[in-house]
Amino acid sequence: MLSAMLGEAWRAMGANRLRTFLTMLGMIIGVGAVVLMLAVGQGAQYAVSQSINTMGSNLFIVLAGPPSSGGVRSASGGGATLTRADGDAIAELPGIDVVAPVHSGSAQVVYGPNNWNTSVFGTTPDYLEARSWTVAEGDAFTDSDVRAATRVALIGKTAASNLFGSESPVGKTLRIKQTPFVVLGVLASKGQSLDGRDQDDTIIVPITSAQRKLFGTPFPGAVRMLMIKASSAEAMPSTEKAMVALLRQRHRLREGADNDFMLRNLTAIADSAAETTRIMSLLLGAIASVSLLVGGIGIMNIMLVSVTERTREIGIRLAIGARERDVLLQFLLEAIIISLAGCFIGLFVGIGGALLVNALTDTAVIISGSAGLIAFAVAAGIGIFFGLYPAKKAAALDPIEALRYQ
Amino acid sequence: MSDTVIRVEALCKSYDTAAGPFPVLKEVDLAIAAGEFVAVMGPSGSGKSTFMNILGCLDRASSGRYLLDGRDVATLDRDALAALRGRTIGFVFQGFNLLPRMSLEDNVALPLVYAGVERDERRRRARELLAKVGLETYAASLPNRISGGQQQRVAIARALVNRPRLILADEPTGNLDSHTSEEIMALFTALNDEGITVVLVTHEPDIAQFASRQVRFLDGRIVHDGPTVHTPATEPAPC
Repeated sequence: MLSAMLGEAWRAMGANRLRTFLTMLGMIIGVGAVVLMLAVGQGAQYAVSQSINTMGSNLFIVLAGPPSSGGVRSASGGGATLTRADGDAIAELPGIDVVAPVHSGSAQVVYGPNNWNTSVFGTTPDYLEARSWTVAEGDAFTDSDVRAATRVALIGKTAASNLFGSESPVGKTLRIKQTPFVVLGVLASKGQSLDGRDQDDTIIVPITSAQRKLFGTPFPGAVRMLMIKASSAEAMPSTEKAMVALLRQRHRLREGADNDFMLRNLTAIADSAAETTRIMSLLLGAIASVSLLVGGIGIMNIMLVSVTERTREIGIRLAIGARERDVLLQFLLEAIIISLAGCFIGLFVGIGGALLVNALTDTAVIISGSAGLIAFAVAAGIGIFFGLYPAKKAAALDPIEALRYQ
Repeated sequence: MSDTVIRVEALCKSYDTAAGPFPVLKEVDLAIAAGEFVAVMGPSGSGKSTFMNILGCLDRASSGRYLLDGRDVATLDRDALAALRGRTIGFVFQGFNLLPRMSLEDNVALPLVYAGVERDERRRRARELLAKVGLETYAASLPNRISGGQQQRVAIARALVNRPRLILADEPTGNLDSHTSEEIMALFTALNDEGITVVLVTHEPDIAQFASRQVRFLDGRIVHDGPTVHTPATEPAPC
């Protein structure tokens, strides 16, 4: 019974190939657009979440210097208002995991004939913990290296490959601003940060060494930045308030005076970036869904035309014993076949489009099986939904009225 | 006296027009026994086609009763009516009404699809019926490849495929020349000889001669009902 009906649906579709194809094209474009947009949106979300993961979680940074502009003020991080003692005091607050002081700058680094300009971070081992950064090869430096201001360094993958090529950097001595540093270890790769910087193009040294040998400092113990990791995301708002209060008290700022530091919730920034991409991909999906809807309406339109055109045929079928549900099933099957076939082709078009986007623009795309399954389910649903009304219309025809139709 | 297949009592049918209901059938009473061969005659507009459509369960009466095999069709739902149209009645139309995109075999087998018959059995019976009307060599052709008379024979094969007890034919020879008409009528006669009840509508006296009983309609009423009287004048002239 069903096979006979499928054969008839096939015949009916074959009778007007161009029309069937054009109807299908609506579905092809709709499903293709949804699959493509989902792939691009999920790719973007993945890229952002990768960046966020490499950043570390529950992070604050405190920068020295005023956050606002106006008047004669130096750039953030330029003032000597933030000290390691501030960091130690913050570390005593409840809800704080680690505090890492950072004194960074950009420096020319030389190894043998290779010469490379990279950013150098003077910090403590806590920095690695705050950023959940591991050492891929060799070892990290320790707190005693920080106390003794030893000239040791950890090197990021990009900087390492530029300076050492295929050699292993561990145990080699490179020169940062003419000062020799021994490479203790190579950092695990982190890739791009949220703002697009290569996080692996870096060298990390003990903060004391950076201050004494590389960048200097107006006051001993002054730092440009504190990186702070809170113990949990829930604790972050209250921790933020406590830190501001503590720093204002320690810096003896009067009521109403501007902060001489700037505190930023990195996780909140990352979250908003993630939210932005999420909304973007939702929006893309929504726009694509509209084209899917239009495709469905196209099917309904053609099925209605088809029912009208074939009124007499329906009458003949009813006259030789077709029940209402036979006629209903026949037209419903046609709609579902058109929509499923369109979906199937659209799936390939969408995947092809996503691969093309990936090849042409280097944008990350993610083609997930679930997206394909959803597209299929939606297409079948659209076939049923938009095919049902015309099919019901056909099935409800009165035999004699249908037979008299010219 | 054999059992009654069709019993119609006080059957009325009127169409709604802008000027109010227009009566087409007025209090028609008729009984047709199993195995009869009845010709329904009358001029255009006399209501004979409407009467036939009601007998075929394609249309419903406005009032009165129609008992098919003793069952009042007014009490049946759409599915039960579909089953009657598919299994009890074989309907033959003036315009053949074959489905143009289907092969003759598929056309003949279509009622079996709706009756839920297996595919191999459908093929077998469709071939058998095509052979019976002498068109087995055209099984795979489309309807537009054969002549009108052949199409009508295919339509008769389709009407017979579910082994109905009753064949209803609405001007089956209306679109055919006289020679082909006689072939078709010979087919109906043969079916009637097999015990199938045949009711056919025609306005041609020559065609009505094949039936054993003639019912004449005029203005929605039966004005004559009696056995066929064979007169030399209405016999086909020798060629």
